[in-house]
Amino acid sequence: MTTQETAKDTDFAIEGHGDISVGVHGAGASGDGSASATRITPGNALRPEDIALEIQRGKVKPSEDVAEFALRIGDDGLILAQRLGHWISRAPELEEDIALGNIALDQLGHARSFLTYAGAAWGKSEDDLAYFRREHEFRSAHLFEQPNGDFAVTIARQFIVSFYQYELYTKLMGSTDATIAAISAKAVKEVDYHRDHSAQWVLRLAGGTDESRARIVQGFKLVWPYVDELFEDDELTTRLAEAGVTVQPSSLRAEFDRLTGEIMAEAELEIPGVPQTLGGGRNGKHSEFMGYILAEMQVLAREHPGASW
Amino acid sequence: MASQNLQSVPAELSPEEQEREAAGQAYFDRIISEDSRIEPRDWMPAAYRKTLLRQISQHAHSEIIGMQPEANWITRAPSLKRKSILMAKVQDEAGHGLYLYSAAETLGQSRDQMMEDLIAGKARYSSIFNYPTISWADMGAIGWLVDGAAICNQVPLCRASYGPYGRAMVRICKEESFHQRQGFEILLELSNGTPAQKQMAQDAVNRWYAPSLMMFGPPDDDSPNSEQSMAWNIKRFSNDELRSRFVGMMVEQVRVLGLTLPDKDIRFNEETKKWEHGPLDWNEFKEVLAGRGPCNSQRVERRREAHENGAWVREAAVAYARKQAQKENAA
Repeated sequence: MTTQETAKDTDFAIEGHGDISVGVHGAGASGDGSASATRITPGNALRPEDIALEIQRGKVKPSEDVAEFALRIGDDGLILAQRLGHWISRAPELEEDIALGNIALDQLGHARSFLTYAGAAWGKSEDDLAYFRREHEFRSAHLFEQPNGDFAVTIARQFIVSFYQYELYTKLMGSTDATIAAISAKAVKEVDYHRDHSAQWVLRLAGGTDESRARIVQGFKLVWPYVDELFEDDELTTRLAEAGVTVQPSSLRAEFDRLTGEIMAEAELEIPGVPQTLGGGRNGKHSEFMGYILAEMQVLAREHPGASW
Repeated sequence: MASQNLQSVPAELSPEEQEREAAGQAYFDRIISEDSRIEPRDWMPAAYRKTLLRQISQHAHSEIIGMQPEANWITRAPSLKRKSILMAKVQDEAGHGLYLYSAAETLGQSRDQMMEDLIAGKARYSSIFNYPTISWADMGAIGWLVDGAAICNQVPLCRASYGPYGRAMVRICKEESFHQRQGFEILLELSNGTPAQKQMAQDAVNRWYAPSLMMFGPPDDDSPNSEQSMAWNIKRFSNDELRSRFVGMMVEQVRVLGLTLPDKDIRFNEETKKWEHGPLDWNEFKEVLAGRGPCNSQRVERRREAHENGAWVREAAVAYARKQAQKENAA
């Protein structure tokens, strides 16, 4: 298949781009104190622009199935970034404005890479896909579009997301599709920090005050109905699992349960006994929230179709 | 003036204390005359401490309040690349706020206290953030003009006599120069885009030009604190000097953008070798400073809301840390 052939020609993982934070001198990969938040670790820099370039050169082109899969995980990141971005300037403390902003940036970065790659199958750019698709064409799971709620709801959502994404990206690093593997190799390092961030907050909120404990219990109750959807297999994942592009989502569940269970146990929290929703996000069936998210995200781009920004 | 009264040694000090004060003052004077740096544990005049605290906390508040007008466009940024850059930029501003609050804390005031003063309306922040961001081009104009003016102001502050402030400014200026470039790039792209985009860019420049010039503060003959700050090596150049330099820079850059500055009186004075600009509406400046700008109450309200909504989270973190410490002690 095309993706396997191209695997030999591309070597994203070793193509470093050094410091993209223009105007910042003197700071290397040494953890320099003046490093900017926009820095990408040299040697580990895979930018959406690099993927776009490879596409342009005709070096990579996903199959229809791979593109559809990239769309799913790309949309997950995009919609979550859109949600998380709202926290910036509203967080409980400055450190969290920065942390949540950073997680949003990481998610958006992954989304841009996956959408850029997906778009190559249909001659579309990341922006064509983000700004000019309609609601039923988005493939994100319902968890990602759930409202931020209070800080506890956001943390509960992030906790589930980051443990799920960590398992997924870890497996995708071994994908037979070189581009999916390369994007995932970069993403997994970032998602590892997201796991740490959310797990620490789950412990703090559960073990903090009576109020914070009540809120995190309620937070989990609100987002837990959307867990099962993340681990549902379907025809696409079955075909792609056979081709070694991805694994069946259901195969990630045991490790997710074990690792989240450890934190939940330490926090003395019960897994909420709430019914699981039917989901449908992977087929374009979304909640009432999605229309508003897209309306806000797309409004300006759609006002100026064809414009460049 | 109140700040000068604070400098004199209070009469009730014991002879030993008076001697220590005099030795401290002598040390301070020597450091300043050598253009060297005062560090947190050094003796410093009470008025120097007060001036710095006011300036640094005001600067920190400006970063924090300044996040809002730009955060306003994160969810609507018209491309994913721009969204990503804007998020990183607003996040940088939170980082700047953090370094600056930390620098201010070395002078003896807690971040909590500074935040309370901000929310209570007792502390100031840069007036420019009381203007609304009504179009995407405002992201460009803020980066280019507002961050550009901030850089002109802040580069000399890297040499400020107070160590923690100067060092924080070094780091901040590096990021600000990146911010300014991204603002310029937004405007350049718009200016070379569709007629509607170009108009959007020009409109934003028209609105942000005068407020950005006023960021340098009142004219020199109406700037009571400047002289003392310059004597203390906190401030290096006068308001009007910096403003003139800024105008000179913008005159060059606006040509590259293919836009115009809304000021027909800009000229280079061959005699003084300085750039001059048209009259500024200092009455409006004072009105906005006095709380009558378009967004004053909105900005402070957002900060209050975030701070109060976050109280239970901060309390939880403190309670958890206390419990963990108790567990460790018990073990």
